[in-house]
Amino acid sequence: METSTQDTQKAIKGGEFLIRETAASEIFIPEEWSEEQKMIAQTCNDFLDQEVFPHLDEIDSMKNPDIMPGLMDKAGALGLLGTSVPEQYGGFGMNFNTTMLVAEVTGAGHSFAVALNAHTGIGTLPILYYANEEQKQKYLPKLATGEWKAAYCLTEPDSGSDANSGKTKAELSSDGKHYTINGQKMWITNGGFADIFIVFAKIEDDKNLTAFIVEKGFGGITMNEEEKKMGIKGSSTRQVFFNDCKVPVENMLSERENGFKIAVNILNVGRIKLGASAIGACKKVISTAVNYAGERKQFGTSISDFGAIKYKIAEMTTRNFASESASYRAGQNIDDAYDALLASGMDAPKARLKSLEEFAIECAILKVHGSEVLDYVVDEGVQIYGGMGFSAEGPMDRAYRDARINRIFEGTNEINRMLCIDMLLKRAMKGHLDLMTPAMAVQQELMSIPDFGAADEEGIFVKEKKALNNLKKAGLMAAGAAVQKFMQKLGEEQEILTNLADMLIEGYIAESCLLRVEKLIAQKGEANCQVEIDMAKVYLHRAVEIAGSAGKEAIMSFAEGDELRLMLMGLKRFTKMEPFNIKDARRRIADHVIAKNEYPF
Amino acid sequence: MKILVCITHVPDTTSRISFTDNDTKFDTNGVQFIIGPYDDYALARAVELKEANGATLTVLNVGLADAEPTIRKALAIGADDAIRVNAEPSDSLFVANQIAHYAKEGGYDLILMGRESIDFNGGVVHGMVGEILGLPSISPVMTLELDGNTAQLSREIEGGKEQIEVDLPFVAGCQEPIAEWKIPNMRGIMTARTKPLNVVEPVGDETGATLVNFEMPPAKGAVKMIDADNVGELVDLLKNEAKVL
Repeated sequence: METSTQDTQKAIKGGEFLIRETAASEIFIPEEWSEEQKMIAQTCNDFLDQEVFPHLDEIDSMKNPDIMPGLMDKAGALGLLGTSVPEQYGGFGMNFNTTMLVAEVTGAGHSFAVALNAHTGIGTLPILYYANEEQKQKYLPKLATGEWKAAYCLTEPDSGSDANSGKTKAELSSDGKHYTINGQKMWITNGGFADIFIVFAKIEDDKNLTAFIVEKGFGGITMNEEEKKMGIKGSSTRQVFFNDCKVPVENMLSERENGFKIAVNILNVGRIKLGASAIGACKKVISTAVNYAGERKQFGTSISDFGAIKYKIAEMTTRNFASESASYRAGQNIDDAYDALLASGMDAPKARLKSLEEFAIECAILKVHGSEVLDYVVDEGVQIYGGMGFSAEGPMDRAYRDARINRIFEGTNEINRMLCIDMLLKRAMKGHLDLMTPAMAVQQELMSIPDFGAADEEGIFVKEKKALNNLKKAGLMAAGAAVQKFMQKLGEEQEILTNLADMLIEGYIAESCLLRVEKLIAQKGEANCQVEIDMAKVYLHRAVEIAGSAGKEAIMSFAEGDELRLMLMGLKRFTKMEPFNIKDARRRIADHVIAKNEYPF
Repeated sequence: MKILVCITHVPDTTSRISFTDNDTKFDTNGVQFIIGPYDDYALARAVELKEANGATLTVLNVGLADAEPTIRKALAIGADDAIRVNAEPSDSLFVANQIAHYAKEGGYDLILMGRESIDFNGGVVHGMVGEILGLPSISPVMTLELDGNTAQLSREIEGGKEQIEVDLPFVAGCQEPIAEWKIPNMRGIMTARTKPLNVVEPVGDETGATLVNFEMPPAKGAVKMIDADNVGELVDLLKNEAKVL
């Protein structure tokens, strides 16, 4: 599938956005989906309309245990389970960004989305990326059609975020033909109906996990009842027990002790796709809420006529638009990195993994941002619905409850925030990313006379780009000072890491939004992009505010005296934005969405 | 066996309708286009017949290049090839003439389409095509079974149901429940681009009618609630305000 990209993108490294100015022409924007990609999205939409949305209550009631596997079968018949699987194994070998699009659209499908993502993501990808040829031939065609359904068994009662501390054991039999797995796994999505389990266990006294492909038919697998959950109630979630489960040695996935690495790498995909799914869920909630706001009359007028409601509609839309901009920018970066690695002679699964690993920082950013935008959107969705929002009979109840898990699974948002900064600093230490030079330049700038120029420069987003650039400087300043202060012990300062992560996240998202709109202007002309321009400015304003506040908290947490004063002054300088009438901008955004009566981008 | 399904390229059912050029043109700006829902039923049944009988299935659309995504969706759903008659589908007779010409040229055994389009809802094209080709035409067809060279059809009529037996070839205007709409699957979508979409020029320019202008229905007025005990006021309002008595 073709998407328009520039050759220059091939050189882009993960995390580099912080120190590299990206041209708008370099990024992929969702307005560039091909006809074929749009048709794929439409198929996903039609599937939800026909098979999922009319049955949401039934799905969530869990009274019929066949309903979810039945839906998966139907999705399989449409090819929705094989989008990432290469054609030689019975799939469709779509590029990464197209599979992101599928994740986005199906993301509106509540519990079904969770089952689908677990199967196609953490269930199938470990085999796709790490299995040997024989294992691939055996498992992938059946997973791509849905004949076999997959689950992923990593988490244990005492091993959640600290995944490598799992206690499940695998012991080699005396004849060397099989491993016997014993242990307990928890929160296993699709557990109730899965045929294949990707199981992580430690062989004997190994330090690291090893992964196995376990068929239900191997025996020794029992389960607890379905978990009772706050949301995604229709998604099967079980505790799975392995009691002398005999797994043939040929079912070890990859090498001994490579399991933790598999888990970490697969989570990169899970994270960025979770972000994409959240975008689809947001679009549905926004459309539903806007429609209600238009119909609901109070004081003789639609509540969508009120500024307080317009504020919500504009913010919901803007934040989602920004998240979407960043998601497909990163998705395309991953595709380009993959193509480049493939061209350099690397084999396909390795190239896919490497390309994802390269953009692991962006994956973590998008997981955090997407899930938090979704929680904001569902919260305001409830609020717009008022009393009906709190009613369990209305559509916002399910949306609100189902959204919440996204900040928890695929690595909590707290873990992902730490990871963002940890990965960034590690890359700097290893010399992959030169953060030192720009960080020094910022320190230099702090000591010099502030730059009052550029106010008279003309052109689209000149001021905004300066503000964005300054936002990045604020991040570099705070991060640089924190590293100098704590050195190796920075990892223990989770509050500061969280502040720094917020600066990083907002910088990336705001930049992506700005670049998307800039590219749109180049394609459609400024006059046809007024609402998008408003959104880019409104989002940037938000990003700068968050970065200012997070930066201040970080600096106050470790600096003192003159250094503190100097940095606070610098921060103030770096988080200054040209004033504009943000109320009117939000009203224009909301009016556009209200006129379309749905999320229109 | 050769099946021809004629499809329209029409605004989605939820589109907001407005006009431009002094109310003489439909404003397509921002409008999502789809395969006409009734045509989609005809297409779905044709795909089933093709799978059961090993037929070849061609879709035909009278329309401009902007209809091609809609046509390719029909290819993704299961048609083998497509014909686009390169002309604005301006009026029923014009469209029927185009279909009849290319249907005759292709020698089809079954010519299916929706009972009506959902833009102008004329509902006459199938009858006209049958008339031009000298073939039986039946509408609205709700079931269609093939038995060799004969088809069993049923349609609802005032107060009952009609069973019809007809020899091939014939023309049918279809509606639900003839088949369930088919969602294009991934394989269909990915092979659609490799299937032929032949663009041909229209024949003749005979039209049956000329469009003068469009008019939106008057906006709905406010509802007045009148107490059930107050019949006198109701009569008065119907007489003097609504002027319907």
